[in-house]
Amino acid sequence: MLVQAVVDVTSGSHPLSGTIASLVWLLPVLPLAGFVINGLLSLNSARLGPADPNTPDHHPHSEGATEAPLISHSEEAGAVGDDHHAVKRHRWATVTSIVGPGVLILSFGLALAIWQAMVGVNMEAPFIQRYFSWMPVGDLKIDAAIQLDQLSMVMILVITGVGALIHIFSVGYMQDDPGYPRYFSYLNLFIFFMLVLVLGANYPVLFVGWEGVGLCSYLLIGFWFNDKANADAGKKAFIVNRIGDFGFLVAMFMLFANIGVLDFIGVNAKAVELGAGSGLVTAICLFMFLGCTGKSAQIPLYIWLPDAMAGPTPVSALIHAATMVTAGVYLIARSAALFSMSPVASLTVAVVGALTAIFAATIGLKQWDIKKVLAYSTISQLGYMFVGVGVGAYVSGMFHLVTHAFFKALLFLGSGSVIHAMHRAYHSTHNNDDAQDMRNMGGLRKYLPITWILMWIATLAISGIPPFAGFFSKDEILGQVFARAQGSTLSTATWLGIPGSTLLFAIYAIGLAAALLTAIYMTRMMLYTFHGPNRTGGAEESHLHEAPWVMTGPLVVLGILTVFGGWLNLPKVITDIIPLGPSEVMTRWLEPVVGHATAQVSGGAAEIPAANEQILMGVAVLIAVAGIVFAIARLKPATLVRKRDAAPEEGFERVVANKYYVDEGVERVVITPTYAISKNFLWRFIDNGLIDGVLVNGSAAVARGFGYIGSRLQTGNVGIYAWVLVVGVVALLGAFTMR
Amino acid sequence: MLAESLALTAALFTIGVIGVLIHRNAIIIFMCVELMLTAVNLTFVAFSRFYGTAGQVFVVFVMTVSAAEAAVGLAIIIAIFRHRETVNLKDINLLRG
Repeated sequence: MLVQAVVDVTSGSHPLSGTIASLVWLLPVLPLAGFVINGLLSLNSARLGPADPNTPDHHPHSEGATEAPLISHSEEAGAVGDDHHAVKRHRWATVTSIVGPGVLILSFGLALAIWQAMVGVNMEAPFIQRYFSWMPVGDLKIDAAIQLDQLSMVMILVITGVGALIHIFSVGYMQDDPGYPRYFSYLNLFIFFMLVLVLGANYPVLFVGWEGVGLCSYLLIGFWFNDKANADAGKKAFIVNRIGDFGFLVAMFMLFANIGVLDFIGVNAKAVELGAGSGLVTAICLFMFLGCTGKSAQIPLYIWLPDAMAGPTPVSALIHAATMVTAGVYLIARSAALFSMSPVASLTVAVVGALTAIFAATIGLKQWDIKKVLAYSTISQLGYMFVGVGVGAYVSGMFHLVTHAFFKALLFLGSGSVIHAMHRAYHSTHNNDDAQDMRNMGGLRKYLPITWILMWIATLAISGIPPFAGFFSKDEILGQVFARAQGSTLSTATWLGIPGSTLLFAIYAIGLAAALLTAIYMTRMMLYTFHGPNRTGGAEESHLHEAPWVMTGPLVVLGILTVFGGWLNLPKVITDIIPLGPSEVMTRWLEPVVGHATAQVSGGAAEIPAANEQILMGVAVLIAVAGIVFAIARLKPATLVRKRDAAPEEGFERVVANKYYVDEGVERVVITPTYAISKNFLWRFIDNGLIDGVLVNGSAAVARGFGYIGSRLQTGNVGIYAWVLVVGVVALLGAFTMR
Repeated sequence: MLAESLALTAALFTIGVIGVLIHRNAIIIFMCVELMLTAVNLTFVAFSRFYGTAGQVFVVFVMTVSAAEAAVGLAIIIAIFRHRETVNLKDINLLRG
């Protein structure tokens, strides 16, 4: 703001300068303002210690009388599932309801206007605004700068658009929460950091956003920190992400050490200096990918995401499904110039993505918590995105990112609507069963008809049934894998001794298998939640009802996006047959950013024939349909019993239901040894022995020893002093005369 | 001439040093210290006979300082004697570490 004059000078020549795009700084600043306002409102009413009964807020006759029974009421309901409706509405709830979603809607409007401006001009180079020099240290010159290009525009529209819908949904979902302004301040802060992440013009600025969203994720997972499990889940997410961030930092250091630049334009220009296929560029890419596995929950660092479901459901929708966890995909697409030069690193990304996709999908088959199903589904779909960017189909990965943001946000918000209804019902009957367990649901179609229809749309979309969004994006990824397997820099490379071509066909097969499992577990979730007999209990049934419009409205909008999201990038083979609209819109839109890298990976290989592509599509659809039919035929919701009556699973089912005991394995292999080493070696020997014993107490003992020796010289006998003095003088005189 | 003078003063000084080293009585040690100062004064005088009068100026200074030192030193010795009824240095070791 203060540096606008500088900005206009530095970006004077770009076609976007002078248009509304020069207001791009306002995009993140709006949510930041929301964070400040909501945060102040939250602090304003925060109780920093025991409440004073004499304050005007707590008249024993007026509010106290109504508050007391409410508190006992909430305690009886206890920690029922997801949300803890406690006392009265927050004092500033109305202001927050306007400010919180309001800044997002303004941001989204501005994003649309900037997008319109971008559509109007022909821009090859990104639009960069430099605000000030952030880290001028020797050769290292890092500016606080914003970069607006086609790739960041896609992310901005998703973040502000889906973000605004989720903010509106939260108004209904969180309205009775005592921490209402705090919730919205965190959510606004998250959007701010997410926009910094996608708008940063260099890796360090991106990293600021990267860490910031991690912080907000931590704050929101542990939003109900009164429950230790929630606070622990937040810490787990934070610590696991640190491991990934270490990799990202190392990648940045290596980039700077070898090519001396960290801004995206400079890296893209100088990437060739690293040498295509060299070990150096592979190492940089792999370290960067380590960061992605943390943030985007891929093997081996995915373990935090299922636990992150401890946060409020809209948070799961926004942060742990639609936006933050896709940051890794964005990072790889942003670094396409680097990844396209390293077939080994790219294949690693694709392999890890494929393994994650199938691994998480199998776990999703046996989860009972509705949000856990969606969490593993998210991990699995993120795996698909990494397969896409891994095989150099950066557009396909981004396309799936966008459609996934639509349908997964819809699924999560739909599950939020279900949990909201379940929780309200249990709340009013003082039942403290698990409001998120599908075994306690069943037959909700009757009570939540809008949610039911919309969630089925999203389920069909994620399963890959045309014409819903997920079909186009998932099919495009699988098609690209198939095409790359037949001819590209990847298919000629080898990965751990395996020929790239074989590997890519295997990834394709795994992708199809994961698609089958996706269709099965999503249908299972829908059947158990919405179909069959109702298992909530007789008294609760009368309390089940659809959520208010402030919640179903965003669901409907997301439903429309889920249906038509595929139009963003219709494949040519379909538009040639059925004139649905312009094809490959997104491919052309992202061409200036990732086109070069994509061409480098594909090596200019011929596209696979249209007939083959149609066959591939047919196979994918058949598999999705097979999965849904199989699930409907095999699963009998009528035979389910409520959670407290259910018998534990047996055999392999139990292994899957317990997530392959990965958490227990990590506990045993990593956490327990770390504790043991810390306690028995680091604490006992290094800290107590070396630091405390040798260094601290040891230096004191040495000083005391010298002091003791010195004190023995002081006998107090003047005669001896005189002798010493004379002997010293004679010795000195002797030394001088002998010389 | 100078050699004889220096031999005399050296002898005087050595007697003073030995006196300081072997005696236990504070008064005698004090007198030996005075003897050493006198030996130094004699040296100055002897040198001034050959190399100018600066040595005689020093003698005046040394005598002034030794007078002050004698006053302070004797006062301390008297104070110690009043307190401990002895001037034997073997019995006075308050500075023992």
